Amino acid sequence: MLRYALKRLISLLVSLSVASVVIFAVIEVAPGDPASFMLGVNAQEDTLAALRSELGLDGSKMQRYFNWVGGMLVGDFGTSYTYRTPVSQMIADRMWVSLPLALYALMLSTLIAFPAGIYAAARRGKPGDLAVMGATQLGIAVPNFWFAMMLVLIFAINLRWFNAGGFVGWGEGVLPGLHSLTLPAVALALPQAAILARVMRSALLDILSEDFMRTARAKGLSRRQALWRHGVRNALIPVLTIIGLQFSFLLAGSIIIEQVFYLPGLGRLVFQAISARDLIVVESVVMLLVFAVITVNFLVDLAYAAVDPRLRSRS
Amino acid sequence: MSRNLILGAFLSSLVVLAALISFVWTPYDYAALDIPNKLQPPNVQHWFGTDHFGRDIFSMIMVGARTSIAVALVAVGIGMVLGVPLGLTAAARKGSWLDEVIMRGNDLVFAFPSLVIAILITAVFGAGAINAIIAIGIFNIPVFARITRGAALSLWEREFILAARVSGKGAARISAEHILPNVANLLIVQGTIQFSLGILAEAGLSYVGLGAQPPTPSWGRMLADAQTMVSFAPHLALIPGLAIIVTVLGLNLLGDGLRDWLDPRIRVARA
Repeated sequence: MLRYALKRLISLLVSLSVASVVIFAVIEVAPGDPASFMLGVNAQEDTLAALRSELGLDGSKMQRYFNWVGGMLVGDFGTSYTYRTPVSQMIADRMWVSLPLALYALMLSTLIAFPAGIYAAARRGKPGDLAVMGATQLGIAVPNFWFAMMLVLIFAINLRWFNAGGFVGWGEGVLPGLHSLTLPAVALALPQAAILARVMRSALLDILSEDFMRTARAKGLSRRQALWRHGVRNALIPVLTIIGLQFSFLLAGSIIIEQVFYLPGLGRLVFQAISARDLIVVESVVMLLVFAVITVNFLVDLAYAAVDPRLRSRS
Repeated sequence: MSRNLILGAFLSSLVVLAALISFVWTPYDYAALDIPNKLQPPNVQHWFGTDHFGRDIFSMIMVGARTSIAVALVAVGIGMVLGVPLGLTAAARKGSWLDEVIMRGNDLVFAFPSLVIAILITAVFGAGAINAIIAIGIFNIPVFARITRGAALSLWEREFILAARVSGKGAARISAEHILPNVANLLIVQGTIQFSLGILAEAGLSYVGLGAQPPTPSWGRMLADAQTMVSFAPHLALIPGLAIIVTVLGLNLLGDGLRDWLDPRIRVARA
């Protein structure tokens, strides 16, 4: 197990290093000089040079790359070109919207998908199964930002149960905060729930045809007992992997959903930064998202290996 | 043929047909403004109604289909043209450093959240259909490389490949003449699925303003425009959304149906 973890850790570090180089390189080739963008076309050359040196833009590419990475390792993401505030502060503020939103959506997706998948597997080929499978086909085909707009139309504009957008802030209390994240979370969760329900169903169907399930029935367990005690528990292994992977989809997907609901999260920060050509913010937020995704995948791999010894020996 | 296949083929061809017909005919000029008739709900003159500039939504949906299909199709093409040879090479040189490099490179691209990178690319190089295609296409490469390698590896163990080797054919020729035709079915099925994912990705990028730029109509863009008017003109949001759903659903059903139809094992089991 230790050797496997070590091997995965090395590949995690390689992935993160390559990712940082790629992101830095892409931002590097971006046309335009941030300093002249900030000061406008009539800026004097010496003012520009002073600003460049202040922003740390005057070193060699190599130097700047290591400054950037070294800074991030100690939590210093540089200073925003437009707001002149530390990027780490901006990210920390927005994180309190994006992260709870992704986790909320993950919870909803699991709560919808588990019963749906188990129900469908238990009634394989019957009308209930077909209905669930049909619904999941539809769920996969629905773009989440469109679904979000429909939720706003129904639950905010017509029924007035929720606000159409915006975030009240956690200062108002946990429940009002969750309330304003509910529609976005549902919009994010639904397509993922459809995928997860399908995975749950097929994982469970694989297990149901195993010999030990027949043994469980032969020793006198009812269908229901066998399903829950031996089926669902074993099907959880592949399903947990998918849940881990979904976290990254949800975090990335929240970028677009935040646009629909005008939520002050990382997604809006990125788009504001893009339109202001505040590339240091774009660079850092993208790196942070990639870091989160790669790290979560790493943790899922480890958890997977911990519960399934076959995986460890194979690698 | 399964119901999935028929329904999927029907829905997909409906959309493709609309896109093709739009080259020669649309009910109205999709870009023609007609302010006096703005925001009309669906009616006899305008089947899908009109938008806030009085443009005919039916015509815009037809031309928008063109944008969606073109972006997704080229993105799938990029994935196939680059991914399949990589997968074939990796399989032919299994265990070599080349295989290792190709597969690790694939893992790396897989680990990236594709939407985030697509946003990065379009943010830096400018919004537009071409950059959207590249951004979506890059993430198709590892998908096709991996699926090709996986299928090719098991083929390399087969006797007819051994026979080809004995007859003196090189790895490249065997890959092209014997491996590729045998993985083609798999690639078609995967291509259909990536196509539908491409449609969704294009809609998402256009929605946030990073895809096709106006005046080129795109479904995502139409949804973005509709957002502030959804309370008094819901059809503006409803119709482009349904267009996306019909397309993606059709392609997914087509992919599922093709997989069952092309896989001889399933056909035998059913017969």
